[in-house]
Amino acid sequence: MQVKEDINEIRPIEKDEFLSEIICLKMDAWRLVQICAVRIEDGFELSYTFCKEYRMVTLRLITKEQEEVSSITQIYPCAFMQENEMKELFGVPVRELAPDYHEKLYRIDRETPFKEKG
Amino acid sequence: MAKRSIVPFGPQHPVLPEPVHLDLVLEDETVVGAIPSIGFIHRGLEKLVEKKDFKQYVYIAERVCGICSCGHGMGYCESVERVMGIEIPRRAEYLRTIWVEMSRVHSHLLWLGLLADAMGFESLFMECWRLREKILDMFDRTTGGRIIFSVNCVGGVLKDMDGAMLRAIRETVDQMEQELEPIMTTFIKDYSVQLRLRGLGILSREQAILQGAVGPMLRGSGVEYDTRMLGYAAYGDLDMEPIVGTDGDAYARCEVRAREIVQSFNLIREAIDKIPQGPISVPVKGNPQGEYFMRIEQPRGEAIYYTKGNGTKFLDRFRLRTPTTSNIPPMVEMLKGCQLGDVPLLILTIDPCISCTER
Amino acid sequence: MEEVKPDVRALAFARQALKNLFMKPATTSYPFEPASYPERMRGHVELVAEDCIGCGLCMRSCPPGAIRVDRQEGIWSINRFDCVQCESCVNACPKKCLKMAAGYTQPETEKAEERFEILKKQEK
Repeated sequence: MQVKEDINEIRPIEKDEFLSEIICLKMDAWRLVQICAVRIEDGFELSYTFCKEYRMVTLRLITKEQEEVSSITQIYPCAFMQENEMKELFGVPVRELAPDYHEKLYRIDRETPFKEKG
Repeated sequence: MAKRSIVPFGPQHPVLPEPVHLDLVLEDETVVGAIPSIGFIHRGLEKLVEKKDFKQYVYIAERVCGICSCGHGMGYCESVERVMGIEIPRRAEYLRTIWVEMSRVHSHLLWLGLLADAMGFESLFMECWRLREKILDMFDRTTGGRIIFSVNCVGGVLKDMDGAMLRAIRETVDQMEQELEPIMTTFIKDYSVQLRLRGLGILSREQAILQGAVGPMLRGSGVEYDTRMLGYAAYGDLDMEPIVGTDGDAYARCEVRAREIVQSFNLIREAIDKIPQGPISVPVKGNPQGEYFMRIEQPRGEAIYYTKGNGTKFLDRFRLRTPTTSNIPPMVEMLKGCQLGDVPLLILTIDPCISCTER
Repeated sequence: MEEVKPDVRALAFARQALKNLFMKPATTSYPFEPASYPERMRGHVELVAEDCIGCGLCMRSCPPGAIRVDRQEGIWSINRFDCVQCESCVNACPKKCLKMAAGYTQPETEKAEERFEILKKQEK
């Protein structure tokens, strides 16, 4: 029995309205689904996916390589695992991350192994 | 004045099934805080997508986890198929559904056994695992593998089931349902089980949503959310309702999982009745270009498969957010206020799979 | 969900436990009884060397890279310790000279490649 079609909405978002948009989602009781980083040329493409009932929305943030990104752990405390992972594997500079594992989430030999291709 | 102390717990501990480390902050015997740390078994499987072509990666996706291996293979294939716009034959979708539902029965029986073991109910544990063996034998017969069976491929499935096999699955399911009856009664009604599980590790509905819980954790807290309702694979044709608990305690999570086994039996029977004839795969031409977020319901909860293709045979990025990644923050939340002795049982109620989490 | 009443019974599982005591074991006593393998079982890869044309498709399709085909020397070799029994090579083979056979590989003291001679006809 099908309730809703699988909507796959990706909404690009600017950096200055990013945190306010996430606060709005939290007020509306959306659930944080996943955070994902993709390496693109001279920067990162960050996807923050949220879910409410069966609707799913992805916020897409494009950042420069050295540009700091605010952590959303102040709003969604459960984001800490995935933001730490993003910081550690891709080297995305995340600001005000709580708790910050300081590159000790995974016990790996190489720093930011996912940052460069190959 | 309560005395504060910090107890390191795991990753190797006799009562812990998975390599997760917790720093438990205790006030006397009560847990007031916990800091989880993982990372003992990181394998970097997501990175391998740049080295193996997208058709070979199915075998790697399947090896992310042992218990939900068929689901991971299917989730990866479905996401790639959606990026490439491939419509797979209906029969292949039904076959995938049957195998994934069988995996769910297998996973939940394994978990119920572990729970019985954690409660010290040894004979119940053995009953669960004996029953689980029947499902493994059916996997062995239909696919050739007991745990990792590599039947999914981009564009369909690799193996067909003939009439005799479908009948054998049906008979096994009918027989298992009868044998499950006393086990279900014990889990749901038994006095000592209730005494152990009721009121333990309560996660409220609001907290479950805020902390991003998925799967039986979320449904045990009274949120009606089951991605199977989206109707991927053959679920669109099958009759199902999400199973929802109300109390949000360890008992509710146990009850949700126990009832989901019976639900899976019904889904398998319905799928076997409705399965159409026809081919089982379509040829795949070209390379994926584009991106897609696929979500499917694994036994442990909702899993997200993100695929981004760049037009070559190597994908740009594959991200797999497994259920346990989402379930660790709510677990930390529900540990607060419980007794030290209940910690292993509560960790178990999220059905943790750390090798999934780290990939 | 409806409220469930607790079932207060002493030794609720005693019947099942007693039954188990007098029942045949659920397992087979393996070394004394032969293990039964189902028809589709993926145990190990077997090669019919006469039919192999050395095209190398199996080598390219193998996810762990366990298969090596050398056309110059006429050698088809497999590292059994790397093989994950995924059946990918069998599906890729155009001559259907590879097959998955039942029965697991034996433990060894040393890691070695198993070599088969192929392409004998052309050499003559």
